[in-house]
Amino acid sequence: MTKGHSIALLILAAMVCTLPNMTDDSYFITLMIFSGINAIVAIGLCILMGSAGQVSLGQAGFYGIGAYASSVLSQSFGLPVAASMICAAVISAGAAVILAVPALRLKGHYLAVATLGFGEIIHIILNEFGPGGPSGFGDIPALSAGGFAMTDPAHVAWVVWGILLLLMVFSLNMLNARPGRALRALHGSETACNAMGLNVVSLKIKVFVLSAVYASIAGSLYAHYVSFISPSSFSLFHSVLLLMMVVLGGITTVWGGLVGAVIITLLPETLKAFQELDVLVYGLILTLSLLFLRRGIVPIVTGKIHSLLERRNA
Amino acid sequence: MLDVRNITKVFGGVRALDDVSFSVADKSLSALIGPNGAGKTTMMNIISGMLFPDQGSISFKGAVITGLSSASIARMGLSRTFQHIELFGEMTVLENILVGRYIKSRSGFLAAGLRLPFVRSEEKENCAKSLEILASIGLEGKKDELASNLPLGEQRMLEIGRALATEPSLLLLDEPAAGLNIRETRDLGKMIVRLNTEREITILLVEHDMDLVMRISTAITVLNFGQKIASGKPADIQRNRDVITAYLGEEDTAC
Repeated sequence: MTKGHSIALLILAAMVCTLPNMTDDSYFITLMIFSGINAIVAIGLCILMGSAGQVSLGQAGFYGIGAYASSVLSQSFGLPVAASMICAAVISAGAAVILAVPALRLKGHYLAVATLGFGEIIHIILNEFGPGGPSGFGDIPALSAGGFAMTDPAHVAWVVWGILLLLMVFSLNMLNARPGRALRALHGSETACNAMGLNVVSLKIKVFVLSAVYASIAGSLYAHYVSFISPSSFSLFHSVLLLMMVVLGGITTVWGGLVGAVIITLLPETLKAFQELDVLVYGLILTLSLLFLRRGIVPIVTGKIHSLLERRNA
Repeated sequence: MLDVRNITKVFGGVRALDDVSFSVADKSLSALIGPNGAGKTTMMNIISGMLFPDQGSISFKGAVITGLSSASIARMGLSRTFQHIELFGEMTVLENILVGRYIKSRSGFLAAGLRLPFVRSEEKENCAKSLEILASIGLEGKKDELASNLPLGEQRMLEIGRALATEPSLLLLDEPAAGLNIRETRDLGKMIVRLNTEREITILLVEHDMDLVMRISTAITVLNFGQKIASGKPADIQRNRDVITAYLGEEDTAC
């Protein structure tokens, strides 16, 4: 991890510590929680797509597995919430291996369609066989630590953003070391990876598993926070939304996933002023940003800062 | 070191390689030459496991490697460069070399993510070794540039550096001088000889630049239309009638 990353992480940590204390506005805290949950999925997707060059249009599938598995395990089997979340992550990792094996043969558009199919299959399974069917189910146990259920949303916000921060540190460490370089190499040239003795198959499986575990953790947090889930939250639409987060924020860095997730989560809320036209304005903003901010917000901004610093040093 | 036995490879109706056998002696600097379309690159791809032969077998350091994946062959100590450069263009020069260090290090996703103590020392050691390699190919000043921004000659050097980072016992160089000017080619030749004599790496070179091949190699195998037509020392090859015919054509006796 470089100095820049460390400074940014410290600033973020300070914000996470203070923000929930500074307001009693439960609406603000709710948005903060949802942004954090989305950001966890998004940074996993950044690693998968931006670093390793694999496409996934089925990330909501893993998000859904995380939500459903953790809810059922804690509600019907009485497992502690933390243990259910870990079990759910293991189940998602298993599903990722199952997805990765056929996906290994595919690239680009074909991989996109295969992962899209995977997401739809999970959605259909949840619809048909999930508790409560299409209408979902409630009374999911709240997040708890040491036997105390977290009823205060500010505490939930700390937990969500705390996990997000830990995953950011983990991801940045990993990306700046041997496995991260291997993933970017995979993106660059599979032929050269083979010639360098990298095990392309195992790398692809591992990166799918990693992104699935991130999505699963986020899904579990979501379920235990809102306490009611239904399949509609885990549809193709959510996968596309996640894709928009990482593309808007910048796919080449996990910071892009974080920033994109926050923007995409907050944008519909700020657009409520447009009333019925909000979806139209939303679409317009996204289209324009893809046209003019193609590399993503974070890479553009950091690029600007770099060139400013260089000019000052010169 | 390397033993190629009766390799045949057919593409559609074309016999790209027809019952070719040759061997590369330990610590030698061998060359594989031949006119365009002789099957040299096909042979390189078969040796490195990127193509599978229809018939024949290849053994490397005494073990049969035919049918193994190119990655496993690379892990056994056989590294290569490409005629059409295959660098990781969006990674820096140093990172390209570091990817070469991959098989010589072991930190996985979890260990690296948690930044365990052994990961730090491994990273440090890999960085030091990579910088050393960059210094030996004269690219240490460009370590933070993107590989795709380098001029062609330096890209070829970087590919060789990346292959060296895997600490190979056999290095396959596929037309390393292609696209280089006279001075760059001369430097390249010196470096190849240095790798062979100082680091004691066995080298198999595929090259069109006859001048370079005759100057630096110790043993030459000549292919023409997929068949081996000669092998021997550079001086013998230069006098060989079949080789001269293959390169210059038959003397026209009708006139």
